[in-house]
Amino acid sequence: MSAVLELHQVSKSYGAGPTLVHALVDVSLAVRVGELVAIMGPSGSGKSTLLTIAGTLEDATSGRVMVGGTDVSNMSANDRARMRRRFIGYVFQSFNLLAGLTATENVSLPLELDGTRASTARAQAREALGGLGLGDRADHYPDELSGGESQRVAIARAVVGERSLVLADEPTGALDSLHGEAVMRLLRSACKGGVAGVVVTHDAQLASWADRVVFVRDGRIVDQTAPYDRSERLAVPGLDR
Amino acid sequence: MSVRHALLALLSEGPKYGLQLRQEFEARTGEVWPLNVGQVYMTLQRLERDGLVESDDEGEDGPQKGYLLTELGRTELARWLAPPPDTGVPPRDELVIKVLIAMRVPGVDVPKLIQAHRRRLVGMMQYFTRLKEDAREDEIGLLVVADAEIYRLDAVIRWLDSAETRLRNLPAREPSAPEPSVSPRRRRAGVLR
Repeated sequence: MSAVLELHQVSKSYGAGPTLVHALVDVSLAVRVGELVAIMGPSGSGKSTLLTIAGTLEDATSGRVMVGGTDVSNMSANDRARMRRRFIGYVFQSFNLLAGLTATENVSLPLELDGTRASTARAQAREALGGLGLGDRADHYPDELSGGESQRVAIARAVVGERSLVLADEPTGALDSLHGEAVMRLLRSACKGGVAGVVVTHDAQLASWADRVVFVRDGRIVDQTAPYDRSERLAVPGLDR
Repeated sequence: MSVRHALLALLSEGPKYGLQLRQEFEARTGEVWPLNVGQVYMTLQRLERDGLVESDDEGEDGPQKGYLLTELGRTELARWLAPPPDTGVPPRDELVIKVLIAMRVPGVDVPKLIQAHRRRLVGMMQYFTRLKEDAREDEIGLLVVADAEIYRLDAVIRWLDSAETRLRNLPAREPSAPEPSVSPRRRRAGVLR
């Protein structure tokens, strides 16, 4: 399957001279349709920088970033913004919902900004919310939703429409373990439904939902797990199936 | 996981056949701990020898032999279910010892060693997460057992993370500097330096 996101030897530096910081060094990574990749590393390892560059919110100092087969560094700012709105969804730790808009309006907003007719956008938003079990919360405002519901709205906003790449930064945030699990189940099923996903986290439990876990230290990819093979059986003491 | 006590628990519901015990054990542990036939019958023989269960006939051991819990067995089950009176420290993890020793062996890349273990543990965690993902909501045994494994692995991974951070934050020691002396408390804890 084709790669939705490709990073080729991407480096990112901040500052200059004695204050020069190498946030990313020679990072290469490809994420295919249907695949969920976790970027795991401690605070300050560069994992969030990797995500903002992958999401075209920030430019790399060197290297190439390809989204859907197109090199984003060759795109105009306008084209890039349009591509971002249309094809890339973001899920943040703090759900970043707009307080004055209902769940449906929060989800439909990026579609409407992109020129989709309001009625069509709202219908798509309701469908996405319904798919995440929020059909009966569609007209509620963020302050009427629980943390778990708010994050599901944020996921609906990230996967609605023609999104082909979903980027998530510690998406389970302050949710308790079972609500966090529900969020990861939704991201997994979004990926299976034909989206490529990248989640950055320091939390191994979150990362373990991914098909592949990439370990980052000091701005470099130092290691990764083999793509997950469902037919494989682990030799764990007491477990021999 | 004590197969012994699990079998006692199943028999506390009433007399059961060997085969039935094996099937019920697997069903309740979400098939995460499959038993081979021999393991079940061997354990039952030992339980009978120790007077914790009784068999219903003098015939051959096999799937059709019935078992029932004795009073002694019931007491043993209750004792096992209650919190252990022992407040001692749990046995030390082999990985802790491995990392402690690696820190002392010249030429060992400790962060690399830590990462190799982390990758393996995360891989195992992916396995149990996948079991959960594929499980139905009512497969409660499987879900609970998979959670137990995941939290256990998570604790080890977090410990590796903190060990790595402590090593990174360590000021470089001058080659000529004397070894810091070992405090009595540290000696008690068995920590090498």
